[in-house]
Amino acid sequence: MFEEFLGRYPYFMTVILLAIGLYGMVAKRNLLKKAIGMSIFQSAIFLFFIQGGAKWGATVPVIDPQRGMDPAQYMNPLPHVLILTAIVVSVATTGVSLALLLTIYQRYRTLDEKQVLEEARRKA
Amino acid sequence: MDTLVSTGPLAAIAVSLVAAGLIVLSGKRPNVREGVTILAALLKFGIVLSLLPRVLVGQTPEVALFEISPGISLALRADPLGMLFALSASFLWVLTSFYSIGYMRGLGEHKQTRYFASFAVCMSATIGIAFAANLLTLFLFYEVLTIATYPLVVHKETPEAMAAGRKYLAYLLTGGVVLLLAVAWTVAVAGSGEFVPGGFLRGAADHGALLAVFLLFFLGFGVKGAVMPLHSWLPSAMVAPTPVSALLHAVAVVKAGVFGIARVVGFVFGPDLVGDIGAVPLASLLVGATILISSLLALRQDNLKLRLAYSTIGHLSYIVMGVVLLAPSAWTGGLFHIVTHGAMKITLFFVAGAIYVKAHVERVSELDGLGRQMPLTLAAFALASLGLAGLPPIAGFLSKWYLAQGTVESGEMVFLALLLLSGLLNAAYLFPIPIRAFLLTSERFRRFDEAHVLMLAPILLAGALSLLLGLAPNALFHFFTLISRTAASVMGGGG
Amino acid sequence: MNQLPLLLPVSFLLFSVISVLAGIWRRDLGYLAALVGAAAGVPLAIWGLFRVLSQGTVRYHLGGWPPPFGIEYVLDPLAAFMASIIAAIGLLVLVYARRSIDHEVPEKAPLLYPVALLLLAGLTGIVVTGDLFNLFVFLEIASLSAYALLASGRGLAPLAAFRYLILGTMAGSFYLLGVGFIYFSTGSLNMADVAERMPPLYESRVLLAAAVLMVLGLGLKMALFPLHPWLPDAYTYAPSAVTGLIAPLMTKVAGYVLIRLFLDVFGPSYLRDTVPVIAAIGWLAAGGIVVGSVMAIAQRDFRRMLAYSSVSQVAYVALGLGLGNPVGLIGALLHILNHAFMKGCLFLVAGGVRYRVGVWDLPHFAGLGRHMPWTMAAFTVAALGMIGIPPTAGFFSKWYLVQGGIAAGNWAFVAIILASSLLTAVYFFRVLERVYTSPLSPEVATSRGSDPPPGMLGPILILAGGVLVLGIINSIIVTQVLEKVASSLSGS
Repeated sequence: MFEEFLGRYPYFMTVILLAIGLYGMVAKRNLLKKAIGMSIFQSAIFLFFIQGGAKWGATVPVIDPQRGMDPAQYMNPLPHVLILTAIVVSVATTGVSLALLLTIYQRYRTLDEKQVLEEARRKA
Repeated sequence: MDTLVSTGPLAAIAVSLVAAGLIVLSGKRPNVREGVTILAALLKFGIVLSLLPRVLVGQTPEVALFEISPGISLALRADPLGMLFALSASFLWVLTSFYSIGYMRGLGEHKQTRYFASFAVCMSATIGIAFAANLLTLFLFYEVLTIATYPLVVHKETPEAMAAGRKYLAYLLTGGVVLLLAVAWTVAVAGSGEFVPGGFLRGAADHGALLAVFLLFFLGFGVKGAVMPLHSWLPSAMVAPTPVSALLHAVAVVKAGVFGIARVVGFVFGPDLVGDIGAVPLASLLVGATILISSLLALRQDNLKLRLAYSTIGHLSYIVMGVVLLAPSAWTGGLFHIVTHGAMKITLFFVAGAIYVKAHVERVSELDGLGRQMPLTLAAFALASLGLAGLPPIAGFLSKWYLAQGTVESGEMVFLALLLLSGLLNAAYLFPIPIRAFLLTSERFRRFDEAHVLMLAPILLAGALSLLLGLAPNALFHFFTLISRTAASVMGGGG
Repeated sequence: MNQLPLLLPVSFLLFSVISVLAGIWRRDLGYLAALVGAAAGVPLAIWGLFRVLSQGTVRYHLGGWPPPFGIEYVLDPLAAFMASIIAAIGLLVLVYARRSIDHEVPEKAPLLYPVALLLLAGLTGIVVTGDLFNLFVFLEIASLSAYALLASGRGLAPLAAFRYLILGTMAGSFYLLGVGFIYFSTGSLNMADVAERMPPLYESRVLLAAAVLMVLGLGLKMALFPLHPWLPDAYTYAPSAVTGLIAPLMTKVAGYVLIRLFLDVFGPSYLRDTVPVIAAIGWLAAGGIVVGSVMAIAQRDFRRMLAYSSVSQVAYVALGLGLGNPVGLIGALLHILNHAFMKGCLFLVAGGVRYRVGVWDLPHFAGLGRHMPWTMAAFTVAALGMIGIPPTAGFFSKWYLVQGGIAAGNWAFVAIILASSLLTAVYFFRVLERVYTSPLSPEVATSRGSDPPPGMLGPILILAGGVLVLGIINSIIVTQVLEKVASSLSGS
């Protein structure tokens, strides 16, 4: 049982992080906290990819004469590269979300979802 | 049968579609607009008539345009049955066009451009239904007809008219959806859905499924054909201007539903198969009930147009009865009734409209003494009434005679009784009208005479046609030849 | 010309950058650059479509790396079909946007055009890529552009866009997670390669998890019931031209990805026969069709009504996919095209009304039939298309979907498709009735009455004409393009 857990704990960590992020996105009323939840959610997925490329005792994927050509000796570089791209995407997403939050705050002077809606109704 | 590639059927459809565009463009100049209407009506009738000699020598002018679904073309074919419907509708459109102008101008109606344009589109769709060579083409024009009639139903834009329009759409669009299912199902089990005299569905699916398809067809077309209990949109739609009630709700639209049933029975299933799947009892039960109930309801109507509407519902079911009795004479009678009822009922509606324009009277109880003011009009009404009740020598007698023979051939004595009873009821609800108008007197009507000649002439022509068709059913348009050809091909063909 | 697949997204991207730079120098030039970019896309896409149809699929290996190592771009009939729709709608809306944007949100105009091109680049990229991860990147490019565009409206638009952003990012992340599962179990990201490696893994639970996660993510992006609540707000508050661009394309492209996964990645035999994912999508779609239509009936705001109608219409696409047979799929694909034209036309009409009348409340539509005759004629055509009256295009998607339902023996779906066209008739005839038979409302009667300027009216009429023409020529599209796509289904 514990062996099972040890073998797969990165998955469990991913799931926990995903859950935290999801909770933030869905349950929080403060829009900024939603955005933070979103970031956590994305990070969880990045970590999941990265751990998938990891191997015990392997090294960076640059051919090392001492280790030879055995693939087991090197980490899988592809997930890292993918995640680099995904991080760029997530930075952009965070940027857009912050810009939206700024606009919302300037218009309604609050980031509380309910208050924004009340404010909007009052203005209309 | 020889086929013959001809653009005639297409031209007959296109002419009023083009006219609709011209009518919209010339909306600001009523004389041009109405000139276009008249011209299109005459042209359309001319084109349809020019196809007649070819059909009479046994050729079938047809044209396939392009595929509208893989394997199914937009195809038109002027076979005898289609010619029958197209001829009667396009001839009566000519009369209605003149009448419409008199009526609409007489009442100073609003939005006449929309009215005339919609009317032209309706006629295109009607001819399209008549000439459609396969189920999908038929369905296409059928739906166009549904939509194009809507502006005419709501023409007055009063709350009552809007309510009638909603009811109309609710019934007709639902009917269309049911029909779509039937068409799609047929195509799924039997390919292209191209009409074949004697039907093509035998063996395409088991009898249970075929019965379901038949009922879907029957209900889908039955909505337009006002088969009870799907009829209630028709009396409501009487709120439309009278020419609409006359041509569309006595001839084109409602007959399109009935025509569709005839197409399906004769050219999709084939009479034998309809009998084999056991569809006749239910269909004839509905039709029989419709004939009886509608006549009884007509008796109770004081509003003249409503009375005529219920009468129409009953007479439409005569036609359907002829079709589902599956006997050659019944087919002859039923199909002939498409023509004769069209001529007689349009006369009655024209008269109702003329009375409304001149005297602003809509109720039967207010017609006393009117006969002295408008003798010719009311005489035409009396003539058509006699015909609808089935008295010789007016056209209605002949169709009824063949229907009666058909009931005997197929051994349905109940229907024979029903026919005779319904004839009496017809007399009971129609005869009082001319009798009141001619024999009773009233102080109300003194200072006017016949309606404008644009209205009177169509009335007299339609009345004359009712009489002529009774005396010589093959006169002018060879209706009777067309009908016997159709009946022979359907009854003798494939099965 | 084997770079052909990538040409379209790259040219959009290029002109997007040019548009920003030009816009800094002279505002008008920015718009012009965007317009040129969009205009260049149409011939490229159409040329690509014809080439693919005549000479077969074109593949391009980015950087010369052969798959499965490098990223592959594939222009096959399905991709070329989608790319043509995207390019055509993009151009029409950009032509329209000028007057509409200047009227509604003039201060934001210089930045909206480059972002719109970015959106087109993202959407075409999604369509042509043959790589699962690359698809994620393009998906996010398109989504980010969409958030930015939608947020440019007044009032609650930023909040609606933010909510969309949260859900959209969640959706993208689900998709990415699914890609991760696929990668770790097959060792590949190239769609064709993955498809080859997959059959031995059909029993694997990881694969099932990947399928479910990806469907969940794409379902969110395409607003598949019950994941649709973000859509109505997002569409309601955005500028008309923006909705006119996003509503016809965004959700449909997500639907395209689902279809692509079904056909070319997981394979029909897996998603249809091994696990009933496709059937589940179909049932959700059936729910969405009904709920979307009923909600549309309840709306008072014209654009909100159209938005709910979109929920219902995109579900047609999902339902066609859910039928799992060639005819149903043809119906779904044809509906992507038809709905792009119909809904595009309707949202642009909404913008035209806004331009002349100033509001979107349905009561203010009263009497507009005389006030703006051409706009309302276009509206009538598009509305009849939505209801599915022949010979408009909308009828024919319904026709194939019903046939697909009959072929699948799925009578519930058939009934829902048919019933939904009646519900659609309810909410469109309610508007049509007002437009043509009521007197003008007093506020409107005083405004300048006429159709919007030619720059706006032109695209509206072209789209409306398209609704008719696409209906009449549907058989050509079906036999030349869509049957090729769907043929892979009939074998299995």
